Amino acid sequence: MSKNVLHVENLTMQFGGVVAVDNLTMDVNEGEIVALIGPNGAGKTTAFNAITGVYEPTNGQVSFAGEKIIENHPQGKMKKLYAGANADMYRHILVKTPDELTKLGMARTFQNIRLFKSMTVFDNVLTAKHLRRTSNIFTATLKLNRKEEAKMRRETEELLKLVDLYDVKDEIATGLPYGKQRKLEIARALATDPKLLLLDEPAAGMNPQETEELTKFIHYIREKFNLTILLIEHHMNLVMDISDRIYVIDFGKEIAEGVPAEIQSNQKVIDAYLGVSEDE
Amino acid sequence: MWNQNKRTICNLLLVAALILTLVLIELLAPSTSMWFSVLRKVCTFALAAVSMNLLNGFTGLFSLGQAGFMLLGAYTYAILTIPVDMRSNVFRNYGDSLIRFQMPLVPALLLAGLIAAFFAFLIGLPVLRLKSDYLAIATLGFAEIVRGLVQLQNFGPVTNGPDPINMFTAPKNILVYAAISGISILIIVLIINSTYGRAFKAIRDDEIAAEAMGINLAHHKRLSFIISSFFCGIAGAMMAMCNTSVSSVSFTSAMTYQILLVVVIGGIGSISGSIIAAFIFYASSEWWLKFLDLETYTDAGAKIPLLGPGFRMVVFSILIMIIVLFFRQGIMGTREISVYDGILRIKNLFMKKSVKGGVKDE
Repeated sequence: MSKNVLHVENLTMQFGGVVAVDNLTMDVNEGEIVALIGPNGAGKTTAFNAITGVYEPTNGQVSFAGEKIIENHPQGKMKKLYAGANADMYRHILVKTPDELTKLGMARTFQNIRLFKSMTVFDNVLTAKHLRRTSNIFTATLKLNRKEEAKMRRETEELLKLVDLYDVKDEIATGLPYGKQRKLEIARALATDPKLLLLDEPAAGMNPQETEELTKFIHYIREKFNLTILLIEHHMNLVMDISDRIYVIDFGKEIAEGVPAEIQSNQKVIDAYLGVSEDE
Repeated sequence: MWNQNKRTICNLLLVAALILTLVLIELLAPSTSMWFSVLRKVCTFALAAVSMNLLNGFTGLFSLGQAGFMLLGAYTYAILTIPVDMRSNVFRNYGDSLIRFQMPLVPALLLAGLIAAFFAFLIGLPVLRLKSDYLAIATLGFAEIVRGLVQLQNFGPVTNGPDPINMFTAPKNILVYAAISGISILIIVLIINSTYGRAFKAIRDDEIAAEAMGINLAHHKRLSFIISSFFCGIAGAMMAMCNTSVSSVSFTSAMTYQILLVVVIGGIGSISGSIIAAFIFYASSEWWLKFLDLETYTDAGAKIPLLGPGFRMVVFSILIMIIVLFFRQGIMGTREISVYDGILRIKNLFMKKSVKGGVKDE
């Protein structure tokens, strides 16, 4: 049994009266590629945002590598409004901002690419090295951190060579073709030295050939960087190819969990995607 | 790498040439020359514009508190450098000054920056949670509050209430101004080129992505705000030196807009642009376009139409409109000046001309 990396427990995210994620429980173990799938509007990205600290979940708990990182329970106005389960299970409130989580070793990419627009490819990746700095503003200004700066640059170069972006390193990031921008976003996330990589629809907007390349690329970085990967995806080919396990959610609720073959034949999943006819 | 070195050498030569020009002006220009007062002002506002650019152009925080921080710097500097025996004279309406010592120029300048930075830290705590326009309004409000507060009678023994402060140390030599401004701008450039500068730019480009990459937003925004205000305070002290008298009425929001204008004309996100724009703006408004304000008569005694008090501002506004309409990026955009690249470009231009109708691949 490999070590648990991410443990999500009874996670509920409610906006006003809408329960976007309802009592989601999931586990990601070391070295696994786990996919989170579901029809449009099922709450996948919301779950992602709650795990990465963008949203404060309404109820539930998240642990990362055995350490509790997020815990919350309904408070204030939400106490009356709360429509999820396990309202009394959690007593503590623990909130972490996305940058703290990234420092712990959780890096993510975005559904719609968010690169640093004005910067070159090289600077984009170099900027992500900022969080592991030991210099402060004075030593950095007076260039007393020359060694560290050189190390950051060297590591960035190495990383860009590994992901095959070195030849475009001086181009402005947003000038790259779409597939390469995706790749760069993943490379930038890798620059933060993550243990767990969260990919939000990495193949969105890609043609079949690009998708295939991406599949290879994800396998490649997992081996190279000893990563554990959690991804959200719509391309079923990619998902079935790549994942060790799959969680399916619909209307915020988990409806199935298992290896790709099980999911493909699961009636509930088929119903969720294709719809159930009214007369049955 | 070699190209990078060439670039650095060329830019150092440019700086050396600038310093040489300043020394020559200081030594050779007649003492009545407009160069002196204009260059003093240019140095002051170049620093103010660059410090505003650090915040607005490089960190993406739209703040309009510059006048407030400059006021704090100017007052701190002025109060601390009045000679002891002059104090009772300056503060005659309030008996005597509470502060009974005189500081040398450099420590007073530093303290001017530190006081501004300290206030930036305090108001940054609540205000930096706000974004874009809201931040602008809050900082603008802060500047106006500070201006109102120093005029209070209760603070009289320290700030001289609404009366102006004068008699403090005010060097006349333009090289002093150039040195203060130059060193400060150099430090800002070093910050922007450091790993912190990259973090600032990341926040400007995409806050959410920056946070996801492990950049602590609150910390870095506060840092940028404090650094910018520190140099604003120093610019304020320089303004006090320029005018040889400090009065809270001169630190209006109109001054902030003027600095903002310089930043926009120069290019938001360009240090050299801010400096060039500061020169063009203040040289033309204080000197080259000054004749527009004077009623002028031809030799025959006929009055030249339109010239008269206030006309300068009309022409100036039109020029600014032209800049905003046709040079939306400002003079420099987000680029920095580079002599080497300029030479290359001119070279390319000639090369292209010599090969008539040749291939145009670059």
